[in-house]
This record gives sequence, structure tokens and C-alpha cells, in this order.
Amino acid sequence: MSNTMEEGREWPLYEVFVRARGGLDHKHVGSLHASDARMAIDHARDLYTRRQEGVSIWVVPSKEITASDPAETDSLFEPARDKIYRHPTFYEIPDEVKTL
Amino acid sequence: MSAAPSGAAAQDLFRFVLRLGDLSLVLGQRLGEWVGHAPALEEDLGLANVALDLIGQARLLLTYAGEIEAKGRGEDELAFLREHGDYFNAVLAEQPNGDFGRTIVRQVLIDAFQLELYERMATSTDERLAAIAAKSVKEVRYHLRYSSDWLVRLGDGTEASNARVQAALEALWPYTVELFAEDELDRSMADRGVAPRLSDVQAAWSARIDAILAAATLQRPKDRPHAWHGKRGQHSEHLGYILAEMQHLQRTYPGARW
Amino acid sequence: MYTQALDTLGAEAASLGEGALEQRFLARVDAEEKIEPKDWMPARYRNTLIRQISQHAHSEIVGMLPEGNWITRAPTLKRKAILIAKVQDEGGHGAYLYSAAETLGVSRDQLIDQLLSGKAKYSSIFNYPTPTWADVGAIGWLVDGAAIMNQIPLCRCSYGPYARGMVRVCREESFHQRQGYDLMLHLARGTPEQKRMAQEALNRWWWPALMMFGPSDANSTHSGDSQRWKIKRFSNDELRQKFVDFTVPQAKFLDLSVPDPLLRWDEAKQMHTFGPIDWNEFDQVLKGNGPCNVERLAARRHAHAEGQWVRDAASAYAEKQRQRAITQAA
Repeated sequence: MSNTMEEGREWPLYEVFVRARGGLDHKHVGSLHASDARMAIDHARDLYTRRQEGVSIWVVPSKEITASDPAETDSLFEPARDKIYRHPTFYEIPDEVKTL
Repeated sequence: MSAAPSGAAAQDLFRFVLRLGDLSLVLGQRLGEWVGHAPALEEDLGLANVALDLIGQARLLLTYAGEIEAKGRGEDELAFLREHGDYFNAVLAEQPNGDFGRTIVRQVLIDAFQLELYERMATSTDERLAAIAAKSVKEVRYHLRYSSDWLVRLGDGTEASNARVQAALEALWPYTVELFAEDELDRSMADRGVAPRLSDVQAAWSARIDAILAAATLQRPKDRPHAWHGKRGQHSEHLGYILAEMQHLQRTYPGARW
Repeated sequence: MYTQALDTLGAEAASLGEGALEQRFLARVDAEEKIEPKDWMPARYRNTLIRQISQHAHSEIVGMLPEGNWITRAPTLKRKAILIAKVQDEGGHGAYLYSAAETLGVSRDQLIDQLLSGKAKYSSIFNYPTPTWADVGAIGWLVDGAAIMNQIPLCRCSYGPYARGMVRVCREESFHQRQGYDLMLHLARGTPEQKRMAQEALNRWWWPALMMFGPSDANSTHSGDSQRWKIKRFSNDELRQKFVDFTVPQAKFLDLSVPDPLLRWDEAKQMHTFGPIDWNEFDQVLKGNGPCNVERLAARRHAHAEGQWVRDAASAYAEKQRQRAITQAA
């Protein structure tokens, strides 16, 4: 028997991203198991677009995704909070000035 | 709109459309047996999708057949209330599922046939068939992607899987001959531009199958003379069981609406 | 990424201590924030979720069987297509749910092993037989109806992946209930034989459907924690009452009678009162002594065992392709 190493092993997990309509971003919808990327596309089509939920699919091996650590949420994202001058509503422009 | 054919021409067209519709119906019925029992959860969904497409094709074709016949029979009268000998699918479709590998082999052989057929029939002189073919060809192209990808994985997977699908191929190959055995009806449909020449379909099918088998590291079996004429209503023993199951409710409760 | 969720526990737990982490966790739950896979969570919360989500997933998978066996016998092509799509959806729901459970650090294989070894539970409703076509209708109407009632509150569950999975499931489930009722309606307005078939199916499924909401509140062991953690929003008895109040008028419209001589409308309370549930039957089915427990598990085991060579072949092929790519690149 060849490839005994492969036998009984679970198909790897893929994360699935679907573009709902032309012009939109791909959005994470869930995961699934497949033995290869092409099968993952087929499975994603059957699992996540049975009701016309998509026009394009990305699949990524779950193990290839690096996620930020929740323990670092404060240090990663809090510093952006006080930089309110980045937002257009921070500035008061006189009514007389148009198209700005 | 082309004028509806009448008389002998209508009778021919009726039988020809049944050949197409019954092939999808019987194959869809077979795939329906898999749902809930596939090798992986995701394959339950995959096989069900193919089955749904095939049942959808059968509905379009049988509805059309009923209109050609013009005796008031709709898709369900034709699907559920005909006798054994009045089904005209090629017997390959009615062969049992066997294991997943055998189902996949049967699927590849028929998917490739339907693909080559429908691609050419999209320009049929019969507008209705042309429209049905144009819709179906998109579905069938995916079916072949699904089935041939699987055949390659199984053929080029393990020694055991290769042996299984090679054996299934040997067992089912003889039934493919019937798909291309041109008879009077096929000839007349091709003459009228309703359907392509089966010899053209066969050449394209054969090239496609060779490429898939090569990728799957499988050997093409030798052609053997055929003894099957499902297209003329002469079936294997399996169809009787399929019909007993499929027709059960319609036969038990005549005239009931569901 | 998901199986790494457990790894991050160490550093964070060390810096804060269990007690403080749990306080922070509960505060987030109270504030209706969603808990996500990599967030710290109490082990009991994780285990409760794994148990509940995987039981739910198993129920969907086993639930394909009782209706699936009518696919080949559906009486019209339209009904056949609807039934295939419906049973396929059940498989899809199982897949969404396994996917949600896997975010908690268990693998699909582990979960399937638990189901096939008999260690994991699934909804006992699927251990009842479907002898007639009307059972397909009764399952859609009653069983999926009860399931929706249970599932809608889960769309707001505190655990993000479960809540998102349930949103998807609920969106699809209402088709299931409607097709079931539509099927029953055709039978109830059909021939006398069809109507009898529908009545008998209602008789078979009514009580098991009420049992789907679980033990009465007085005897429910898991409810307290689950409500605290906002996994569960309503009690078993509340949901069961709601189901009865919704369903009885639907049965009346079908001109079918609910098999409960004690059922009546309580004008003062503005709700139905109904007869006692046979919890002994519930316990027996749960313990594996229902009419179809053995058959259902055997079917799942058979499919899994017969599929092994297929799954192995696909893995072997993927590995060969990977090796070929390496060789080509070299």
C-alpha cells in the first residue's frame, strides 16, 4: 500500500470567502473540509452558495491564516481611538464653503 | 416560433425527447439514493446538487414531450405512469450505484456524453430543445468537473482506489456503446437538425474521456459489441426495481394529487 | 487558525488569573458582546458549547436519514426536487455547525467519532420511523417548526460562530417548515386515504415534537449555566408552550385533530393547556431504545466506513500533487 501516512487522516480545513455580488468584497462565511483547494472550491459552492449567495469564491487553508491575539486588542486597536482628527466630521467648515 | 410538428414527425420527436428526459430522470433517481450516505458530508451536498440539476432537466424535457404528444400527459404522468418498455434511457443510467467509485465512473461517462450532446444541441432547429440544451449545458459542465476531478483523485490516489475504479470502468464500459449506436430515430433527428450526429458526439466524447482517463492513470477498456437497447425500451433488470420504488405512490393511489 | 485557539490561553491566563478573566468574560456576555474563538472563555462554557453545537450538528446529519429514504419514492418530480433540496440543506446545516464547533478546538473527526461510538447524543426525534409519505410533511411542519422555535433565540447566542451559523440555518429553515405544511395541506385536502395518512402522521409526530424542547424546566440540568452565559435565552417550557400555541391553529386549518384529549384553550391565561408528556418514552429513546436508534447509527457508521477508501484516496492524491509541485519547482 502506498501513502500509508495519508490514510485515516482528516481532510484539511479551509476558510471560505464569498463575494455576494459584483463590486463587493469577499466576506468570510465559514469553513469546510476538502482534500485539495479545487475540491474546496466545489464544496464551498455546494455549501455556501446554494441560494445564489455568491458570484466568486476564495478558499484559504485555515492553517495559513494568522490572526491577531485578543490579548493584544488594547495595544493594537485602542491607540486609534483618540485620533479623531482623522475623521472629516472633526472639522467645522463654514456653510458658505461648498463642495468640500 | 417554429410550427409544432405533427403526425409521424411529432411521434419521432416525442420519443427522442423521452430518450433525453429519461436519461436525466433515471440518473437523477440513482443519485438521489446517495443523499445521506456519501463518503463525506460535503459529498452528500455535491451529489444532491447534481441530482437536483438532473431532475430539473427531466422536468423540462418530460413537460415538453407531453406537449408534443398532446394527449394531456404532463411531466408526472410521463415520469410515474409509464410501463417499463416505454422508458427510453440508455441502460447505463439505470446501473446500480455500487460504491462511490462506480457511481463516479458512471457519472463521468454520462456527463461527458450530455456535455457534448447539449453543446451541439444548443443550436438545434427545435427552439425548445435548443433552449433546454443551452440551460442544461452549464449544469452538465459543472457535473463533469465534479465527476472527472473525483475520477482523477480515485484513479491516481491509492493502489486500492485505482483498482476499484478500474474495475468499475471495465464493468460499465460495455454500456457506453449504446449511447452512440445510431438508429433510425437518431438519424432522422440529425437530418432535421434537431440533434447532432451521434458520430460527432462520439468522437468528441472519446477524446475527452481519453484525456480524463490519462490524468486518472486508468486504462481505457476494449470496446465490446453491445447487446443493450434501452433507447428502444429494452432494459436491464435494474429498471424494474427503480420504477417499483419511484412509481409506488402514484400507482397505489391512482388519481391522487400531491 | 481555529485549532490554535487553545494555545493563546496560557499567556493571558498567567497574567490575569482565572477569577479576573472569568469576571471580564461575564461582563462582556452581560454587555451582549460576542465571544470569539480566540477570546478567553471558561472551560465549562467551551465544553457546554462543544456539547451543544456538536449534538445539534449530529442531529442534522442523522436527520437526513428519515426523510432521505423518501427521496426515491417522492410522488411527483416537484416534490422529489423539494425533498432533495431539503435533505441537502440538513447536511449543509450539519456542516455549518461542525464548522462552528471546530472553532472551539475540536476536530470534525473527533466529533464524528463521538457520534459513531454512541458517546454523543443527537435529537431523539430522528429515532422515530417515517413509514408513509405524510411523515415527510409532518417532519417539515412539526419537527422543523419546533427546531425553528429553538433556533431563533440561538441567533443571538453569546458565542459568535454559533450565532452566525444559526442565522444562516434559520434563514433556510423556514423553507423546510413551509414545504412540510404545504405537503400536509395537499394530503388533508386530498382523497380520504391521503387525509388518513396525514392524520396518522400527526398522531405519530405530535408528542415527539413536544419532547424536542427537552425536559421540563424543573428537571433540566443544563439550563442555569446556559442562560447565565446567554447561550440559551428561553426555558424549555416557555418554548414548548409557544410551539403549541402556534401549531394548534395550524392543525385546525388542516382539519386534523391533535392527539391530545386534554388539549384546550385557556381563555383566562390566553394559552393552550395540554396533557402530560410521557417522559419515560423520552428517556428510553434517549438511552438508545427508540424504534430506530440502531438503524440510524448503523446507517451513519456504514456510510463512514464505506467512505474511508474514498477519503484516503483523495488525501493520497493531494499528497502526490504536493510532491509533484515540489519536484517541478526544484
